[in-house]
Amino acid sequence: MDLMNTVLPYLLSGISVGGQYALIAIGYTMVYGILRLINFAHGDVFMVAGLMMVYLSASMPLYLAVPLMIVLTVLLGFLIERAAYKPLRTAPRMSVMISAIGVSYLLQNLALYITGGLNKNYPTIPWVSDPITVFGSPTKRVTLITPFLTVALVIVLVWLINHTRVGMAMRAVSRDFETAQLMGIRINNVISVTFVIGSFLAAVGSMLYFSNYPGVVPTSGGMPGLKAFVAAVFGGIGSIPGAVVGAFIIGICENIIKGLDIILQAVGVLKEPLELATFSDAFTFALLIIVLVFKPTGLFGEKTTDKV
Amino acid sequence: MITTRKKTNLISLLLVAAMLALVIVLDQVIQPTDSMSMLLKVLQKGSIYALAAVSMNLLNGFTGLFSLGHAGFMLIGAYTYAILTIPSEARDVVYQYYDAAIRLSFPETLGNAMGPAGTLLGVVLAIIAAGLAATVIAWLIGLPVLRLKSDYLAIATLGFAEVVRAVFQWGKLGPVTNGSNPLKSFVRINSFQLKLGGTTISLTTFVPVLLATLCIGLIVLLVNSTYGRSFKAIRDDEVAAEAMGINLARHKIMSFCISSFFAGVSGAGMAMVLGIAQASNFKSAMTYEILLMVVLGGIGSISGSCIGAMLFIAASEWWLRGLDSGNFLGINAPGIFRNGFRLVVFSVIIMIVVLFFRKGIMGDRELPDLFKKRARKEGAGK
Amino acid sequence: MKKKKLLSLALASAMVLSLAACGGGNPGGSTPGNPTGSGSAAGDKVVKIGVFEPQSGDNGSGGKQEILGMQYANEKTPTVEIGGETYTVELVYADNQSSNDKAPSAAQTLVAGGVSIVLGSYGSGVSIAASDTFGDAGVPAIGVTCTNPQVTAGNSHYFRICFLDPFQGTVLANFAKDKFSASKAYCLAKQGDDYSVGLCNYFMEAFGKDNCVYETFPEGTSDYSSYVTNAKNSGAQVFFAPVSTEAAALIIDQAATQSLGMPMLAGDTWDSNVITAAAKGKDVDINVTTFYQEGGNPEFDAGIKEWINADATNLTNNNGNDEVAAVTVMGYDAYYVALEALKAAGSTKPADVMAVLGGVEFDGVSGHIAFDDVNGDAIRDVAYVKHCNTETGSWEFVAQQGV
Repeated sequence: MDLMNTVLPYLLSGISVGGQYALIAIGYTMVYGILRLINFAHGDVFMVAGLMMVYLSASMPLYLAVPLMIVLTVLLGFLIERAAYKPLRTAPRMSVMISAIGVSYLLQNLALYITGGLNKNYPTIPWVSDPITVFGSPTKRVTLITPFLTVALVIVLVWLINHTRVGMAMRAVSRDFETAQLMGIRINNVISVTFVIGSFLAAVGSMLYFSNYPGVVPTSGGMPGLKAFVAAVFGGIGSIPGAVVGAFIIGICENIIKGLDIILQAVGVLKEPLELATFSDAFTFALLIIVLVFKPTGLFGEKTTDKV
Repeated sequence: MITTRKKTNLISLLLVAAMLALVIVLDQVIQPTDSMSMLLKVLQKGSIYALAAVSMNLLNGFTGLFSLGHAGFMLIGAYTYAILTIPSEARDVVYQYYDAAIRLSFPETLGNAMGPAGTLLGVVLAIIAAGLAATVIAWLIGLPVLRLKSDYLAIATLGFAEVVRAVFQWGKLGPVTNGSNPLKSFVRINSFQLKLGGTTISLTTFVPVLLATLCIGLIVLLVNSTYGRSFKAIRDDEVAAEAMGINLARHKIMSFCISSFFAGVSGAGMAMVLGIAQASNFKSAMTYEILLMVVLGGIGSISGSCIGAMLFIAASEWWLRGLDSGNFLGINAPGIFRNGFRLVVFSVIIMIVVLFFRKGIMGDRELPDLFKKRARKEGAGK
Repeated sequence: MKKKKLLSLALASAMVLSLAACGGGNPGGSTPGNPTGSGSAAGDKVVKIGVFEPQSGDNGSGGKQEILGMQYANEKTPTVEIGGETYTVELVYADNQSSNDKAPSAAQTLVAGGVSIVLGSYGSGVSIAASDTFGDAGVPAIGVTCTNPQVTAGNSHYFRICFLDPFQGTVLANFAKDKFSASKAYCLAKQGDDYSVGLCNYFMEAFGKDNCVYETFPEGTSDYSSYVTNAKNSGAQVFFAPVSTEAAALIIDQAATQSLGMPMLAGDTWDSNVITAAAKGKDVDINVTTFYQEGGNPEFDAGIKEWINADATNLTNNNGNDEVAAVTVMGYDAYYVALEALKAAGSTKPADVMAVLGGVEFDGVSGHIAFDDVNGDAIRDVAYVKHCNTETGSWEFVAQQGV
């Protein structure tokens, strides 16, 4: 029981941050499923969504700022695809990935210029940011909302993909790009829709994430973005439920590792602290390498074969 | 044909020698407080980055393996070099919170035994050790990772670099790596001076340029060898290359290890130039920057990578600085030209190159090719 | 195809050349967002003082506040008598981006810009990283609020006007024992950050290493919830986290959310209105040690408040209000110490200034400033302890404390 009280807060933080990673991871996994592109700029779109909220909420009430922020983020995602990825559709995959790195670099530097490199305080969203107590552990309400909202959004999304025309087109394109094109599917529209959905989820994710950790800096998107991508790979890239499960696992592991010294000492396994918290980020990447080497298709991924 | 090639090689060698001589002269003429001293800084840093870019190009451009683990290998190199060259009396000051475990300093030990030549030999040995350390780690990680395909390989190596960074920052390794704290007081580029009679010749800029030139020269030899042709075959078509009898696994790991060796050497060079080695400097952002240098210069061109690196460093550290401080090209607009604008302009330029000049400055040609073409055209005109 | 390539080559080289032609002669000599701050009248003799401060990154807001002090001092005293002639003082800025690998080249732009003396930096790591660049060029530097001993240890060109971490750490440890009767402390530092790692280390030495739980977080962390949980689970009675204000704001937020339930202690970086803004209306108990207590010199306080309020940019750089940060006062004093050194040297040559700097004394707003003979550190034996009033969101004076 005592152990439960020690561990619970880490689990709560983990589930919360895992849900936020999940919302970003969906964007990665969908884009990768269709374009075979690691959209390095996705994490930065997430950061820009946070910054837009900071600036918008300063000049208008929240009920206007939130929808406007979401619309602008979606627009940004759409524009990035049109400007930076569409011209390179026939280019080798490496060029597109380099373009994504370039966009990421550009967004970060733009954010640096606009904020002057200073930390911006994220506005407090009433109700969402209120403190509550879960099983005796004080936290914010957003911690509790995140997993439910994430799961709800995923269910809607999976329904969309399985039961609408656009969803069908997406599945077709991700299965075989050229054939889908020959079948008369407007590839560019499908890709745009993918980016719109991804950016929308990133915008929602950024709202939840920054409500929990209310500071936005130009590099805020980097780490969450990379971790979300790892989550997508872990779950099997292209698979939406896989990305969500992967994100929760990564979020929870990461927070448990931060507290591992304390937990292990409480259990009596460790006498001296090992400073294991150093590896909270690295663990995610070690997991990535292990997954890639032993099960490259992830937990839920489909097997692909090389064509000559 | 053969004679023209020999001729080009001779001319290239002469040009390189002239460049090195010019660097020595510049080193003597320009004082650190002159406004032109930025040129020296750019040359120092740029040459090291050029080496890093060329070593990345060997892997990404010539072998077609998209790896993003460069910062990790450079980190290993920088730390190996730093740990092996800190003089013993400075150890305890540097490892202020730990009891230093490694107390061997190559330059010092050899210097005591053999005089100045020994010190130099010690530094060279430490640099080679830096490269070897990176190679060993690369071999270990390469065995499993190199089976992965393009972007999976990229993300796995990127992850590997992050893991390396965490390991080097781990407090329990403090006696070796000084934890997350910087290593310093080791042999820097400013330590190199040549005393001829009464005059002292500073070799501050010459040393990193020479180091980079030698290493890049080795890479050029490699690329033009049988191995280099095999690498290119793998890049162009793996299946065809295998069918031609090229051992894929062996050549891939070879390219990976060689690239990592020079990444480690460039890490050591970076430590020498900065005078400080710290794990937190070797972030994935550094890998991205090096990748952008390669793209700027042209993937698959060694001279392109050198030019790309020099331009990148010069633009970001020197020429565009005015954009940050209110006054640029004689335009005084502190409202727009404020902190960070330099990087915005810079990243826009890079995006333009990535999108519209996909081949970069050189494409996949080398500097001598440019002159050769012209010569042939003139010949055809006659 | 060939044409396109040629065109691209031509474009690229034209761009690069034009930049080279015009950017080269401009080693960054103007002010960050304050164009009127340091104009030099035509025909005057000019002496340049380098301002080596972070204006972006983790320590950006602290660096900007430190610069404010120098700018205010520069506006009050824009000229100096050197060797019988009147010189206009020009502040030359370089942003070290709070980053150890950017610091040397930022320092080089100052050196190449022909400065006679350098002030800065906020944050010890960048000062250590840039030290050799100043040393190689023979330019003296005055550390304003970099408290790590390694900044000045073993060199002759870096001086400093603030107290040191061994002193500050001991003061804080004693304060934790005396005021809160704490027997166990939780210490949190940022990986690779000389300031927080150093200060935690000296705190633990004074407090007793066995009674401390020490943890570090990686760069770029924004989720501090688990570290706060660790502190609660560790059974500590004080929470010591002398990290950058950027991280501090997030830590305070988490501490309030999770009802940390123990006093928070920190060093001079936390003496900033970023902290008071973050703590306002929250249930946290924050105590810091610092160099100066507002109200220590009412005349100076009134003057600088008026100056900050008069200019929107200054107000933004001071985080939106006119509360005087201790680092601003230190920046102000550092400027005058530099002027004293220039006067004493009777020359604008860096080497001459360096030769006399060790002997310079000055009665500043933050107290009497003199350098010791060992490392060129300030002789200071007093720190001020402040407590954050979370209702009004301002600092309250608690005690003046020595070792």
